[in-house]
This record gives sequence, structure tokens and C-alpha cells, in this order.
Amino acid sequence: MTLPPSRPGTARTDAPSPLLSVRGLKTHFHTFGGVVKAVDGVDFDLAPGEILGLVGESGGGKSMIGFSIMGLIDAPGRIEAGEIRFEGQDLLTLDEAGMRKVRGKRIGMIFQDPMTALNPLYTIGNQLEEMLRLHTGLPAAARRARCIEMLRDVGISQPEERLGNYPHQFSGGMRQRVVIAIAMIAGPRLLIADEPTTALDVTIQAQLLRLMKRQVEQTRASLILITHDLAAVSQMADRVVVLYCGRIVERGPTSQLIRGPAHHYTRGLLDSIPHEDRSQRRLHQIPGSVPNIRKLPPGCAFAPRCRAAQPLCREVEPVLTEFAPGQAAACHFPLEAKL
Amino acid sequence: MLGYLLKRLIQMIVVLWAVSVLVFVMMSFTGDPTYMMVPLDATEEQIEQARRLLGLHDSHLVQYWRFLSSLAQGDFGRSFVFRQPAMQLILERLPATLEIVSLAMAFALVLAIPLGVYAGANPQRAGSRAVMAGSLVGISLPGFWLGMVLIFVFAVKLQFFPSSGRGPTQEWLGLRVSFLSWEGLRHLILPALTLSVGTLAILMRIIRAEMMEVMKQDFIKFARAKGTDRRGVLFKHGLKNALIPLITVFGLMLGDLIAFATLTETIFAWPGIGKLLVDSIYRGDRPVIVVYLMFVAFMFVVVNFIVDMLYALVDPRIKIK
Amino acid sequence: MNAVSSSVSRFAASEFFHNFRRNSSAILGSVIVAMFMAMITIGPWLVAQDPYDVAQLELMDSFKPPAWLDGGSSQYVLGTDGQGRDVLASIVYGSRISLFIGLAAMLGSCLLGTTLGLLAGFYGGRLDSLIMRIADIQLSFPSVLTALFLMSAFGTGVDKVLIALISVGWVVYARIVRGSTLREAQKEYVQAARVSGLPNRKIILRHVLPNVLTPLIVVATIQVGTFILIEASLSFLGVGVPITEPSLGLLIKNGFDVLFSGLWWISVFPGLFIMLIVFGINLLGDFLRDELNPRLK
Repeated sequence: MTLPPSRPGTARTDAPSPLLSVRGLKTHFHTFGGVVKAVDGVDFDLAPGEILGLVGESGGGKSMIGFSIMGLIDAPGRIEAGEIRFEGQDLLTLDEAGMRKVRGKRIGMIFQDPMTALNPLYTIGNQLEEMLRLHTGLPAAARRARCIEMLRDVGISQPEERLGNYPHQFSGGMRQRVVIAIAMIAGPRLLIADEPTTALDVTIQAQLLRLMKRQVEQTRASLILITHDLAAVSQMADRVVVLYCGRIVERGPTSQLIRGPAHHYTRGLLDSIPHEDRSQRRLHQIPGSVPNIRKLPPGCAFAPRCRAAQPLCREVEPVLTEFAPGQAAACHFPLEAKL
Repeated sequence: MLGYLLKRLIQMIVVLWAVSVLVFVMMSFTGDPTYMMVPLDATEEQIEQARRLLGLHDSHLVQYWRFLSSLAQGDFGRSFVFRQPAMQLILERLPATLEIVSLAMAFALVLAIPLGVYAGANPQRAGSRAVMAGSLVGISLPGFWLGMVLIFVFAVKLQFFPSSGRGPTQEWLGLRVSFLSWEGLRHLILPALTLSVGTLAILMRIIRAEMMEVMKQDFIKFARAKGTDRRGVLFKHGLKNALIPLITVFGLMLGDLIAFATLTETIFAWPGIGKLLVDSIYRGDRPVIVVYLMFVAFMFVVVNFIVDMLYALVDPRIKIK
Repeated sequence: MNAVSSSVSRFAASEFFHNFRRNSSAILGSVIVAMFMAMITIGPWLVAQDPYDVAQLELMDSFKPPAWLDGGSSQYVLGTDGQGRDVLASIVYGSRISLFIGLAAMLGSCLLGTTLGLLAGFYGGRLDSLIMRIADIQLSFPSVLTALFLMSAFGTGVDKVLIALISVGWVVYARIVRGSTLREAQKEYVQAARVSGLPNRKIILRHVLPNVLTPLIVVATIQVGTFILIEASLSFLGVGVPITEPSLGLLIKNGFDVLFSGLWWISVFPGLFIMLIVFGINLLGDFLRDELNPRLK
């Protein structure tokens, strides 16, 4: 996987006015088996033009952050508390009609599975054009021209003819390109990509990541890349937020965090990435699995799986503490940072 | 495409042939039609002669062959009662039946689609539960009894509508129809409403179930993420997907309507093919019963064929081979 | 902590509420069905007269309206018909016939359909295609029409109604059972039983049959209601039960003739009772479907 290197200098964590600022977000699901705290007090900022990686294992609630920002949490889920400030406006105070003007137009979203995200009964031209009908006043001819241009941008050849095709006539990778085109066509300031390449072949994954990166750079939009793939994040993102059981366990600038993770969970994730230069070594795996999120243990949620866990870890929940510039971890016994 | 059409045509012929066998076998068991043909005071010789004329002395196989070849030649026999070709009787009364069946289907669709979409999109709301309870009542009540209650309330007591008959008809596209005049429409409303209730209830439940299934799909959430409004999500992205399975049951629904039209037409004295069938059963008018069944079977076969074509037309994923 | 406990109590309340709600329709369905069962078993001892014993009929009391209307008498709560027959008593006796036909025809259909489905699924080949072709052709015809046609050939009679209903009712079981038999026959325990030389009859009865029955319960429940309605339709058209054994449908037919004179109670009440029992059965069927097939919830 060779991606263009992260842009230096865009990681402006102290930028005066972030594009998006999430504070104390709690999204809970009230199921009959108990309350699932999918997102449990998450804070982060996103600068204009920045690419942020949200990383964690499956079932860690990271997708729910994306859906919370979009206002697409359905019963039994509910946003219990927090603030989602986007371009200075708290999205949680908007009503449904207000959110509809945000969705698609100001924030675009890319779904995990391109095989199911497109409506099977409409041509992709129709589904692409729907965005322009909803969010712009363009006349029909201009809409069509814009759709063709957009399809060409995302690398679909013969876009004029492809407009009239149905989703089932495309491969998975091509469908995801269409989904990216739909998400970007109305010119959103923020793109949320929820595991955008997980469902695709490995060979296509890098192409699509590069395409997304180029798209947000061209339009100076920001990108939240939600994934379990730390390797992809390391080549895409300016900054990384690592989540475990609905909480942030570590965050920091990408290169710094990759070189010197402070949290044992981040370390574990990094160790499980195959590397070319140490291909002979056995891959590490984090022992155990994500605990039952309905009954989290007291103290640090990662303690049961952590090699460095002490009695303190099982009793007192660690708070997120900054210990190097821009890098913070929620751990009583952090790994020594290699700066 | 041509191969598919040919295959379907052969299938249709096989089904019609099977129906002809069944009809013939059943009719051979229903006793002797000779007594329908002869006067009450007929002598033994006259009866014997009538029997010979009807060919009842031949073996069943020969009789069946004669039956089949006359069907193939377009000779569907003559009514014992009306003394005219049975097919002509059916065709004369067909427009009346088609009229109430179409109107009943229209009633059912117009009400079932919005109600089913509402109940499927908001399954927890009290309104949806009321819709579901109502549809269960609709399935549980005997349609003919509902028709009687409507007659009693709206025709006998309130006298809003006439209690029976078809009223005046006009020529429209070569058919005699009654919906063009106010008086004709007044005659039409109660029977069509009665007929539609069962279909309405079933359609509502099917649309609700399909909507519930469709609303869980990713593309619905993606449509919402695009900023589509509620109506667009429900009707553009949801309903069209929910209606595809409905097309497959359309043929069955139509069949049920034609079947229950026999009861509705009997109650309202509506001069359609359903009432003709019931009257013919009372009078033992065998040729008419036979032609009715063959005709209805033919109709169902054609409707099912059209439905399959429609299915391929609406769902781009299906290609006819 | 307060927030947690309040959300916990709210969750407990909602689960309780949910269960209650879901069960309440099932409870209603069971109550209705149980009341009908009670009515047809002990009802004959409770009603004023035996409507088929001519000696008990008073022609003087004919066409009495229900008790709460002018001219009604408390002796005949739901009024009387043209022969002075108590409408309620007729309904009690008619319900017996309607329910008997519904249940017996369901059992017959289930037996016939399951047998044919097992045979078709287990042996496959020509037998399978023959049975399934017949089923296909029959399904392309509405059941009411097929039953009506059969009855027009048979003539009236409870036994003939049963035959007609079973002739249209077996198909649904045959299709379901054939499908599950095909799946079940692939499984290892059936293969093992075959290899061990167990006779086919025993394999089918001991291993396959018990595993294909569950989905039939819902179909069978709802079919009782459907059969009651079809029987009522046939009897209303005069090709169902004979006048000596009037079902609820035949009672409606008898009342229809005098409806236009305003004597509504003779036909309206039997219809209400049909609706009630079929509604109760359908409520139960819906509940069973949700319980036995969680996917459809």
C-alpha cells in the first residue's frame, strides 16, 4: 500500500475555530438486554482540511460517532448528552428539517458496504442527480453535466453511458466510487467515511483510499475516516483518535502516535499490523476480545486484556491525560513515549 | 426472449389442458344431464334418444375427446337454460364483473398503500396498531355478510344507495359500463366496497411487512444521509422496493376478487359472470359452468403471464431468458 | 447513579409494557377461542330451546326482535326467526357445526398434505413432480372457486364440505413439508439412519416428521379460520351444509331473505359470531407466528 505521505503542518490541533468540535458525546442504546453505551463521553476537534482517523476494533462504537454527527441514530439508540458543533452551530439543537439541510449538503457520508448502500431500483444517474435536486437549484442539463463530471472525477470511465446503469451492473469497487461521488457531489465541508474499504478486495482498498484523499484535498474538505485498519490510517490521517468500548483511550498526531504509542491498546493494534521489514516475525494479537459492552468492568475497560494491568487499573478509571505535545492517553501506566 | 415466450405458451396450454381434464372428470360425476334437456313428462324412448344425442353411451375417453376437440374448435356448448352459446353468455356478463373487480382493486390499492406504508414505517405507533387490528378484522369477517350489513344500513335504512342491480349503463371503449353516470355509480359503490374489504386487509398487511423489511436496509439509511426528506425516503426509496414482492401476489389477489365476486354479485343481484355461475349451479346448467371455469382459468393464466412480464419490467435485476 | 437507576427502571417498565402489549392480543385471542369452545360444549344446556326440535318452537314467537328493542322478550335475547327459533340457540348449535367443519377439515388437510409432502420430499423423482404439479395448478385457482366447483358437483352435505375443503387445503402443507423434508434429508442423522439400513417408513416417521412439524402450527391455526369462512361462503350460496344441519353461514343465508323487511338480527348476529371466532383464531395465529418465527417479527 503506497499512499501519498501525510501533509505536514495540517495537524492544527490548536486551530482557533475548528470545523467540527465534539464535546462529551454520549450515544446509548436501550435494549432489553441492558443499556449499551456505544459512545460514552467522547471529545475531539477537527480543523478545516484535516483528516482524522477514528480507530478501534469492531463493535467499539466508532460507527455510532459518525451516525451521531449525521443525526441518524434510531430507536432504541439515543444521544444522551454532548455537543456537536459544526461550523459554529450545535447540530444537536437542530430539528429534523434543519438536519436535512446539513446531511448530504454540508456533511457527506460514505457507508461500509457499497453492495447495499445503493437503491437497486434506480439508475446511478438518478441517485447521483438526486443530491443535486435536493441541495442545488441547478437546471436539468447542468445537473447531468455535473454528474458526468463527478463520475469522471471518481474514476468511472464512459460516465455518460454509466449514468443509465443500475447498481447491480457495477462491481463492488465501482459502486463504492459511485457512493463517494454521491457523498461529494454537493460539495460538503466534511466527509465521514465509515469503514469505506472493509467490504472490498485488498487490491482495491488502496485505490479508493487514495481517491478519497484526493477528493477531500481538492475541495479542501475535512475527512473523518472510521476504521479498524491502523495501517490505512497511518498513511491517510493527520491525527488519530483510538477508541475502546465507546471511550477515547489515546489520541495524537499520526506519526507521533505510530512511533510512540502510550496506551497498551494502541500498542497492541500496531503490533497486529503486518510489516514488510519484519515479515518473518510472528504477528501479535491482542489477547481476549472486546468485553460485553453492557457490563463493563470498573476501572479501565482494557484492563482484562492488558499485560501491564495493575490492581489500580481494575478499580480506578484512568482519565485522558496529555503527556506529550498533542498526544494524550487514558492509562495509569503509559508506555514511554519515543519522541 | 422468444424461447421464453414459447416456453410460457406451452406451460399455459398444459395448465389449461389439466383444467379441462379436471372439469370433465368432475362433470362426469355430477349425474345425468339428460333430465335437464327433456320435458318433465318425457317417455323412456325420448329420454333414451336424448341420451344418444348427448353421446352419453360412448366411453368416457371418447366423450372427453369430443369435449376437447369442440373446445379447440371454439365450440363451448350451449346453455341448457338460455338456449344460446355458453361463451356468449359469459362474454355478455363479463364487463359487469370486470367493472366491480377493477373498482374493488382500485379501492384496495388506494387505501392499502398509504396505510401499509404508514404502519410499516412506524410500527410502534398507536395508529399503526390500529391499522393492523383493523386489517385483522377485515380478514376475519365474511365479505358477503359485510355486504348484507351495508345493504341494510345504506340501502334499507338510510336509502343512500340502491340495494341491488346494476343501474343504467353506457358504451365505453366497446364495453357496457355503469360508472359513467351518477345513477350507475350509485349502484356500483356498495358492491365494489364489499368486494374490496378482504383484498384491502391482506394488501395492507403485505405492504406493511415489506415496508418493515425494506426500512431496515442500508440504502434507506444512505438515502437519509443524503438529506432526502421523509416522503422521499418512504415513497421513492422505500415503497418501490416494497411493491416488487406485491406484484407477484397481484395475480392471486385478482383471482380472489373474481372468486369472491360470485358472492358479492349474488347479494347485490349484480349481473356478472359470478352470479351467472351461481345461477347455473342451481339450475344444473353444465355447459355454462364448464365454460366459466375454462374461461376463468384462461384469464388467470394470462394474468400470471402479464404479472411475470411486469415483474421483469419493474425490477432491473431480473432479465427474461 | 440516579440517571442509571431511572433508565434501568424505565427499561424494566418498557420491557414489561412490551411483553404485556404483545401478549394482550394473544390473551384476547385465547379468551375468544376459549369462550367459543365453552359455548359449543355447554351452550346447548344454557339456551332456551333446541332449535331443531320442532315441538319446542312457538310460531307465535316468530320474528321477535332482540330483547332490548320494542317488542323483544327476555326469553329470546337475540330475537327469533320466522319459525320462532331463538337466534342465540341457533348460533350455539350453528357454531358447533362451523367449528367442527373448520377443525376437521384442517386436520384432514394437514394429514393429507403432510403425507404427500413427506413422500414428495423423501422420494423425489416422478412422484415429487406429479404431486407438485398438481399443487401448482391448484394454487393458480382461488380456493373458494375450487371448493364451490367441487360442491356444485357433490351436492350439499357436511361430509362433502369436508372433502371439498381438504381438496383445497392440503396444498399449503405439502409445499412446506416437502421443502423442510428436502432440507432434513440432507442432514447427517438421516443419512446415517439410511446407511444403517433402517426402513424408509421408520426414517420418515421417526426422524424426518418430528423435525418438519413446527412451521405447520401457524398455518394450521390460521387455516381453521379460513375454512370457517369458506364453509360459510359455500353454505350461503346454498352448496354447503344441508338445511338440517345449519352452520353459521347457512343461518346468514336464511336471514338474508328477510333482511329487506328490516329483520336484520336473524342474519347479522350469526355473521358477528363468525367474525369473532375467526378474529380470535387469527390473533392466536399472529402471536404464534411471531413466537415460532422470530425473523418475521
